[in-house]
Amino acid sequence: MSALLEVEQLEVNFGGRVSAVRGASVTVERGETHCLVGESGCGKSVTALAVMNLLARGARRSARRLSFEGQDLTGLDDAGMAQLRGNAMAMIFQEPMTSLNPAYTVGSQMTEVLRRHRKTSQRVAVDRAADLLARVGITAPGLRLGQFPHQLSGGLRQRVMIAMALMCDPKLLIADEPTTALDVTVQAQILRLLAGLQRDLGLGMLLITHDLGIVARVAHRVSVMYAGEVVESAPTAELFANPRHPYTKGLLRCVPVPGKTPRDEPLGSIPGTVPRIGPGFEGCAFRERCDYADATCAHAVPRHAASAGHDFLCRLPA
Amino acid sequence: MSAVAVTAGPRRGWKSVSTWIGAAIVGIATICALFAPLLVPHDPFVQDLSKRMLPPFWMEGTDPAYLLGTDQLGRDYLSRLIWGCRISMLIGVTVTVVSALIGIAIGVLGGFLGGRVDDAVLFAITTRLSIPVVLVALAVVGLLGSSMTLLVLTLGLLLWDRFAVVARATTMQVRNLDFVAAAWCAGCSRFRILSHEVLPNIASHLVVVATLEIALAILLEAALSFLGLGVPPPLPSWGLMIAEAKEYMFFSPWVIVIPGAALFVLVLGINLLGDGLRDLFGARTDP
Amino acid sequence: MLQFLVRRLIVALLVAATVMTLAFILTRLSGDLAISIAGPNATQADVEAVRKAYGLDRPLTVQFFDWVGRAVTGDLGESYFFKTRVSTLIAERMPITITLGLTGLVIALLVSLPLGILAAVRENTALDRVVQMVALLGQAMPSFWLGLILMVTLGLQLGWLPISGTGSWEHYVMPGIVLAFSAIPALTRLTRAGMIQAMGSDYIRTARAKGLSRASILLKHALRNAAIPVVAIAAVQLGFMLGGSIVIEQVFALHGVGFLAWESIGKNDFPVVQAVVLVLAVIYVALTMLADLMNAVLDPRLRGP
Repeated sequence: MSALLEVEQLEVNFGGRVSAVRGASVTVERGETHCLVGESGCGKSVTALAVMNLLARGARRSARRLSFEGQDLTGLDDAGMAQLRGNAMAMIFQEPMTSLNPAYTVGSQMTEVLRRHRKTSQRVAVDRAADLLARVGITAPGLRLGQFPHQLSGGLRQRVMIAMALMCDPKLLIADEPTTALDVTVQAQILRLLAGLQRDLGLGMLLITHDLGIVARVAHRVSVMYAGEVVESAPTAELFANPRHPYTKGLLRCVPVPGKTPRDEPLGSIPGTVPRIGPGFEGCAFRERCDYADATCAHAVPRHAASAGHDFLCRLPA
Repeated sequence: MSAVAVTAGPRRGWKSVSTWIGAAIVGIATICALFAPLLVPHDPFVQDLSKRMLPPFWMEGTDPAYLLGTDQLGRDYLSRLIWGCRISMLIGVTVTVVSALIGIAIGVLGGFLGGRVDDAVLFAITTRLSIPVVLVALAVVGLLGSSMTLLVLTLGLLLWDRFAVVARATTMQVRNLDFVAAAWCAGCSRFRILSHEVLPNIASHLVVVATLEIALAILLEAALSFLGLGVPPPLPSWGLMIAEAKEYMFFSPWVIVIPGAALFVLVLGINLLGDGLRDLFGARTDP
Repeated sequence: MLQFLVRRLIVALLVAATVMTLAFILTRLSGDLAISIAGPNATQADVEAVRKAYGLDRPLTVQFFDWVGRAVTGDLGESYFFKTRVSTLIAERMPITITLGLTGLVIALLVSLPLGILAAVRENTALDRVVQMVALLGQAMPSFWLGLILMVTLGLQLGWLPISGTGSWEHYVMPGIVLAFSAIPALTRLTRAGMIQAMGSDYIRTARAKGLSRASILLKHALRNAAIPVVAIAAVQLGFMLGGSIVIEQVFALHGVGFLAWESIGKNDFPVVQAVVLVLAVIYVALTMLADLMNAVLDPRLRGP
């Protein structure tokens, strides 16, 4: 059986000048949470938007392979994608405060998804919406359905977004930094919710984040992105135990772990900043900031497999 | 108060064709206005009934001495057109100067001082907006008689609202910026802050408003003159020319087309130039 | 919300009071009214008789408060010329002006909304520039001239529409078009700007992610938000149209309130002029309040938690 989502060598550029994604490959299996992690500007959000074909005008997308449940997505026009969006593939975003239409009630925004894709009656849609609101931990769902977004807090709105994404029983849920804009305490609740839903519903989840802590908590697999490329990909435990790419190593050094990180020593940091890559760039994008770089890094970089299911993009030996 | 001036137009500033067209039109109009006495082929006030209602050069039966034909009293149309341009530009500029002085003063005071003063300013603006401008202008001229001075004063006292709104909004924005606070802390007097910090920064917005107000004043004066209560005849305001031509428009349509087209082109040119200036200064105040 | 409305009402009353004062001053500007009414051939005795008859011999403040007191109860005085109550005159003519205004507004919206949406959807393309140019052209067009041109072409040469009077709905088409021209530029730009902003918003991205149809995203989600300021401005534009109708009514011989004011200025019929200024100002203030109300109705965020 093919994977739920297969992305191979995805490339996205804006106006032919800025290459946001330069050959990223990600695979999400059924019932698996795959985290795409990296710092701001590495192209992880663009990757997610590219999968759903929600990129802004002026963006060009191409991929060797982009398929969902075996079906090729690159050939679909916008109407074709619209059949899948909100239906078998759902997405939630980072800013719950502005992601809901202020002019319509929560209920109407939820029911319209189901009515659009399944042509159900209003009654059926309302019942389902109420069910899902309860599922995501919202009390008094009947009351909430009639409220407007501005009457809800950020955490509540994000729960509504999640419930709304689940209206049509999606197989794949893409979550683009779903907790970044929320309070720390609420973050934990939302993560727990997502993990629980994923388990109960057997969802495949592509979770975009910059927070390694979140990765450790919920991800089955991790892909680390840097400057538009996936530089390392592995099962979570393996990545944390045995990081191979210098960038990944650097990232892990930056995160203090109670009990392991020695006290009285400065936290690790990676000097320099993420470069802006134009078309025609060759070699490793990390070489300016890497401790192990040499002359060969300016040319094509090989991708090694360190072990089963663990590969990384570096000249260093596996 | 709703958002300040909503704008549109090609966003290319001084490189855009339309801005240059606007500048050219305004340039020609200014030359006509300044040098009208030298440019007119005939005296615009001299009547010659033997030569009345001659058609313009692109039609039959014309007299080459009168390029655009003559009106119902035998006066040369081209000369009256050029003189009318002078009148339009004169009124446009003088009215704008008067309304700018009033509007900017009110707007800046309200925006800078805030509080009760600002409430009073907003009230004044609201009241001004609720007054039917054309009607009041007509009434004033109707009651007190036609004269250039009266017309300019009346329109100037009625058209200051856009200046006030923009001056107030931009002053409020500038007032909150750090360099104003810095000047305040350095002990500058309010007056100095107004003249050295606030005004230079709001000037570009006000220049843009000024160009649009000139266009508006010209259109209003034309409407008033059309109704017979604007520029005193025999001064050839384009509005008046259109009014005089109304009787003949069914048989000789050029008599209303020509002055109307001139009016339209001039106002369009001013608007194009204004939009271009807006893009050049980056003085957009829309969302 | 209620507090807001009450405050607006108070401001409205104050504005009306100020306009009343200004209108009163306006008609007293020319000095001695009695002379104007009595005419150029009147003798001193005639003028005195007129002065007494119209109560113009009383002190100005007394005249003012007398007028204010009566106006508040709806008595706007008596026309010098028509010898009937001013309020009656205005009430008779008002339907025509309002019909004209509403026609103009409807036409303006029917043109501006689609054009604005189109320009926003095709932002920065040739079509967008064409729409913006159309808006510019509309702004530069002298209304009375456009009226005359339409009269000559549509009315006379093509014979499609009547050129004056108020017999049927066709009589309002050309004047309505001319009035619409004054509002189309602003409304089109506002619609365009609002739609561009709405289409770039996060909630539209969510709507796309839900797989909704193009039409639904554009018209149900984006327009619903973009239209809020447009509706409010439309109400205000109606106010301007009503106030500026005097020119159009004169060109097309529509006997509305504007035409009445025009005639009255010519005849020095001061009570009428005074009253029309006041009535138009009050209508404008009422329309701005309506605009605020509609904002609150259309935008749930303004209704409070």
